[in-house]
Amino acid sequence: MAAHAGGLKADAEDGPDMAAHAGGLMTDPAVRVEGLSRGFGARTVLDDLDLTIGQGEFVALLGRSGSGKSTLLRALAGLDRDVTGSGAVRVPRSLSVVFQDARLLPWQRVLTNVVLGLRGADAALRGRAALAEVGLEGREQAWPNELSGGEQQRVALARSLVSEPQLLLADEPFGALDALTRIRMHGLLRELCARHRPAVLLVTHDVDEAVTLADRVLVLDDGRIAIDQRIDRGQSATAHRESLLAALGVAA
Amino acid sequence: MSLLSPHRRRLGPGRPIPLGAALGPVLLLAIWSVASALGWLDPRTLSAPWTVVTTTGDLIADGRLQDNLAISSQRAGLGLLFGVAIGTVLALISGLSRWGEAILDGPIQIKRAIPSLALIPLLILWLGIGEGMKVTTITLGVFVPVYIHTHNGLRGIDSRYVELGESLRLRTGTFLRRIVLPGALPGFLLGLRFAVVNAWLALVVVEQINSTSGIGYMMELAREYGQTDIIVVGLVLYGVLGLLSDGAVRLVQRRALTWRRTLAD
Repeated sequence: MAAHAGGLKADAEDGPDMAAHAGGLMTDPAVRVEGLSRGFGARTVLDDLDLTIGQGEFVALLGRSGSGKSTLLRALAGLDRDVTGSGAVRVPRSLSVVFQDARLLPWQRVLTNVVLGLRGADAALRGRAALAEVGLEGREQAWPNELSGGEQQRVALARSLVSEPQLLLADEPFGALDALTRIRMHGLLRELCARHRPAVLLVTHDVDEAVTLADRVLVLDDGRIAIDQRIDRGQSATAHRESLLAALGVAA
Repeated sequence: MSLLSPHRRRLGPGRPIPLGAALGPVLLLAIWSVASALGWLDPRTLSAPWTVVTTTGDLIADGRLQDNLAISSQRAGLGLLFGVAIGTVLALISGLSRWGEAILDGPIQIKRAIPSLALIPLLILWLGIGEGMKVTTITLGVFVPVYIHTHNGLRGIDSRYVELGESLRLRTGTFLRRIVLPGALPGFLLGLRFAVVNAWLALVVVEQINSTSGIGYMMELAREYGQTDIIVVGLVLYGVLGLLSDGAVRLVQRRALTWRRTLAD
């Protein structure tokens, strides 16, 4: 697919637009998914899936490759226009997506990339503040190509949080980074989420990442949520890790 | 036992030669000068370089060169202006809508296969032999490369950026301004490089047929009187104009595309 002016229409059926009336009380969950099914041709990827994510809750979604993690995330983001399926999805209107690639526009400077989705006179100011938060103060006028992979992903984080979203959807955002950078990014993400309190759905294939970051870890299998485990900080990370690995069919 | 040199054999073309671009033309000029000086070249075949220089001086002194250059530049400039505008608008229509592409792309590809020279008889019948016909011919030669490359640039924009725009709920205006137009700019500028050269090429064609002014007319007149020196002045002028305008676009290209860190350019 190429650039297409018609491509900006919102998904009317079960896209984020339904969400306008989901915002109400703080006690309402941020995300409510009921009976979600998605398929590509004859293959069913998501099969009558239910999911609820609370306000400010950090949920990690694990699963084997091809288990439909990204399909679920894209359904929540309203980016699955060409996929057949059914079900109800209620998400906040203000949501942001972080992709696996930083997806910065190479022809716009860093600050312009950050404020791309913002409107209003204070956009630049907010963009600068967001860049400072991810530790990239002073790089506003750099080109994305001049940044390292980790820095680019930090710009992407700034872009996704500058709009103060109620829901942050992250699709393996650190998958392409080296191990050291990834650890640093974990710290940053945790810090940012603690400050801005969005509900988070983090898709990952890294069990350690899920256990380190999330309040709750889900394992997707056969198109449904097979395991829904709350991470108890009192319990050792190793115990969580082993039970999750076992659920994924890997002997710990 | 011999020690291995740490340097590997170089496979690329190696370091650039300083002023390398000027070397070929200077060599050509040297051969031409020597051949003229030694009398190997009959002045009726090709005038000596210094004759060309003095002729240029004479032409400037009596104002013929400036007048003809002015009218030629005006024609090329107008044709370029219209051609670039038309090519860009058509590329946007065809690049942003499937209907636009279905309707426009075919005819333009057909036009691309027809040389401008072959259209001139028809254009003369429709528009006469005045300025309108000349500018139209140049416009027709200019809009095609602008269209082709801009359209290609638009179609080549990564769909991931379109998805990004959707996820950020960009308005159509912002989407066009921040993603589509800058994304298509490299293609547009490449098209522009072809376009400026095409403008001068089309000029040669229109000015040597039914014209009473311009550099092409000056050369055509010189042919009738057997003045090789004036013909060479015209040729050099065309070459210099083409090089200068291409250089200008390349300068713009370099300025506008600083975000691209490519090996060439």
